[in-house]
Amino acid sequence: MIGIGFIALVFVGLVVVVLAWVAGAYNGLVRLRNQLENAWAQIDVQLKRRHDLIPNLVETVKGYATHERETLEKVIQARNMAVSAKTVGDRAEAENVLTGALKSLFAVAEAYPDLKANSEFMRLQEELTSTENKVAFARQFYNDTVMTYNTHIEVFPTNFIATMFNFGRREFFEVKAEDERDAPAVKF
Amino acid sequence: MWEQIIANRRRSAVLIIGMAVILLLIGFSGGELIAPNAGVLGLLFALLIWGGMMLAYFTSAESILMSSANARELKREDSPQLFNIVDEMRLASGLGFMPRIYLIDDPAPNAFAVGRKPETSSITVTTGLMYRLNRDELQGVIAHEMGHLKNRDVQFMTLAAVMLGSIVILSEIVRRSLWYGGRGRSRSDSRGGKDGGQAQIIILIVGLLFAILGPIMAQLLYFACSRKREYLADASGAQFTRYPEGLATALEKISQAHVPLSFASKATAPMFIVNPLSAASSDGDEADSVFSSHPPTSERIRILRGMTGASFTDYEAAYRKAKGGSLIGAQTLQSAPTEPIRAPSNAGPIQTRQDAHDVARRASGYMRVKCSCGLEISVPEGYEQDSIRCIRCGSILPIPSAASTPPPPAVTSAVPPVIPLAPLQFHRTGTGWEAFRCACGSTVQLSPAFDASQIRCNACGRTIIVT
Repeated sequence: MIGIGFIALVFVGLVVVVLAWVAGAYNGLVRLRNQLENAWAQIDVQLKRRHDLIPNLVETVKGYATHERETLEKVIQARNMAVSAKTVGDRAEAENVLTGALKSLFAVAEAYPDLKANSEFMRLQEELTSTENKVAFARQFYNDTVMTYNTHIEVFPTNFIATMFNFGRREFFEVKAEDERDAPAVKF
Repeated sequence: MWEQIIANRRRSAVLIIGMAVILLLIGFSGGELIAPNAGVLGLLFALLIWGGMMLAYFTSAESILMSSANARELKREDSPQLFNIVDEMRLASGLGFMPRIYLIDDPAPNAFAVGRKPETSSITVTTGLMYRLNRDELQGVIAHEMGHLKNRDVQFMTLAAVMLGSIVILSEIVRRSLWYGGRGRSRSDSRGGKDGGQAQIIILIVGLLFAILGPIMAQLLYFACSRKREYLADASGAQFTRYPEGLATALEKISQAHVPLSFASKATAPMFIVNPLSAASSDGDEADSVFSSHPPTSERIRILRGMTGASFTDYEAAYRKAKGGSLIGAQTLQSAPTEPIRAPSNAGPIQTRQDAHDVARRASGYMRVKCSCGLEISVPEGYEQDSIRCIRCGSILPIPSAASTPPPPAVTSAVPPVIPLAPLQFHRTGTGWEAFRCACGSTVQLSPAFDASQIRCNACGRTIIVT
C-alpha cells in the first residue's frame, strides 16, 4: 500500500517538474519571439525614416545638380520599389538597391561645391548617413536575435516545445551590397 | 544577449549575497565580542547601517556626481551627430530606451553612464572627448557605456558599493569598541565558567578575524568584479560596433591625454570609462593591482587589438591569450554568432574644439553676441547689463532681448480675463543659433531648426512671439 502511494507521489512530482520546465521553456521562447518582433520594428522605423528623407534630399539636389536627372530618377525609383516591397527577402533586396543609388548620388554631389556647402544638404547627408548606420545596427541586432531564436527552436529538448506550439524558423535580414557581392579581384 | 544578462544577474546575486553574509557575520560576532549574547543586536545594527547607507546612496549618489561635474543635458539640435551615434548604439545593443545625454565642459576626455533603470539612464561625455575622438572612436566609447547600461552594471555596482561601505563602517565600529571597551568586559568574563570562557575565546578570535579580514575581502571582491565588468563592457563595445579598433584607439587617446579631470574623486573614479585619476598620471595607466577599479588600459587595448572577429567568442579568445582564464560564460558563447570586423568609416571628429565648447556653453545658457568686427562674445546667464563692450574693437553691443508686444485691444467685458504675463516679441535676424533674454532674465535659445511662431520661456513660462 505504501509502495503504491509512494510511486504515485513520485509520478505526480515528475509531472509537476516536467510541466514547470515546459512552462519555463515556452515563456523563454515567447520572450525571444517578442524581442524579435521588436527588433524588426526598429529596422522598420529606420527604413521608413530613410524613405521619408529621400524626397527632401532629391528636392535639394535638384536645385543644384541639374544634369544628374538619371541618378535622381534612379534614387526615386529605388525608393518606390523599397516602399512597395512585401516580404523580408524582397525588402532586403530593394533596400540594397536603394543604398547603392544613394551612394552614387552622394558621389555625384562631390562635383558640386555649392551643393556641398548647402546647410540643408549637409543636414540631410548626416541624417541619411546615420540612418544608414542605424539600419545596419538594427539589422545586426535583429540577425543576432534571429540566430539565438533559431538555435533555441532547433536544439534538443526545446525543439519539442517549439513544434508543439508552432514556433517557426525566421528569415535573416541579409544584405549583400553591390560591391560586397562581387568579390574583389586580386591580381598579382 | 539575453542569456548574457541573465548569467550576469545570477553572478551578481551570488556576489551580493556573499557580501551580505560577510556583513552579517561581522555584525553578529562584533555584537558577541562587545557584550555576551548581544549577537542578535549586532545583526540588527548591521542591517540598520546597511539600510541607512542604501537610502543615502540611492537618493543622492547620482545627483551628487552629476552636479559636481556640472553636467548639462543636451537636446538633439545641440549636437545631432552625438545623438545619432548614441541612437545607433542603442539600436545595436537592443536597449529599449534612448538614454539622456549630458555634456561636461572639461578638456580631459572621459565618459560615464549612470542610471539604475534603462528608463532613467544617461550617458555623459566631456567636450575633451568630443573633439579628440573621431566618429568611430566616439562610437566605441558610447558602445562601451551602452554595454554597461545593457549589462545593468550601474545598478549592480551601486549595490556592491553600498555593501562595501557598510562592511567598512561596521568593522571600524567593532574594532574601535573593542579597543576602548574590551578590557572591562574581559575582566567580568573571567568570573564565568570554564566552558563559557573557552567559547568566548573562540568567538573573540573569529570575530576579530572577521572585523579585520572582512573589509579587505569585501574590497577584493568588489574591485575584482568592477574590473571584470570593464572587460565585459569592452567586449560589448566591440560587439555592438563590430569595430574593436575604434574603442582601442579611443582608450589609447584617453589614457594618453594627461589632462586631469577637474571633478573626479576617489569615490566617483570607478564610474568612468578610464580611471580619471590614473589617466592624469605621468604614464597614464592603471597599475595592475587587486585594489584598482579598472584593468590596466594597456591590457584592455591589447585584448581589443588581439581580436580576430567582433563577437564575444573572439573577445574571449583574445582575453584568454592575453591574460589566461575565462571571462564570458560558456552558455553565452554557445549561442554567440560569429561576427567579422567591419571596415573603418574614416569620418573625422564630429566637432571641432571651438564647436564642442559652444555646444557646452549653449547648454548652460550662455548667449552669443556677434560684433561687427567679427568677434563673437559668450555672455553668461545672469549677466545684468543690457549691453556689453567688445573686447577686441571696444564698441558697445546691445544684448538681444524680447520686447513687449503692443497691449491687446481693451476688453469690454466687466471682468477682465486673467493674463498672468503679457506675451513678448523677438525679431529674428538670422537663421543660425540665436539667443536672447526674456524679461525674467533667463536666456532663451532658438536652434537653426526652430520653425514655430512662438516659444515658451523655460524659467517663467511666458509666451514669446518669434517673427
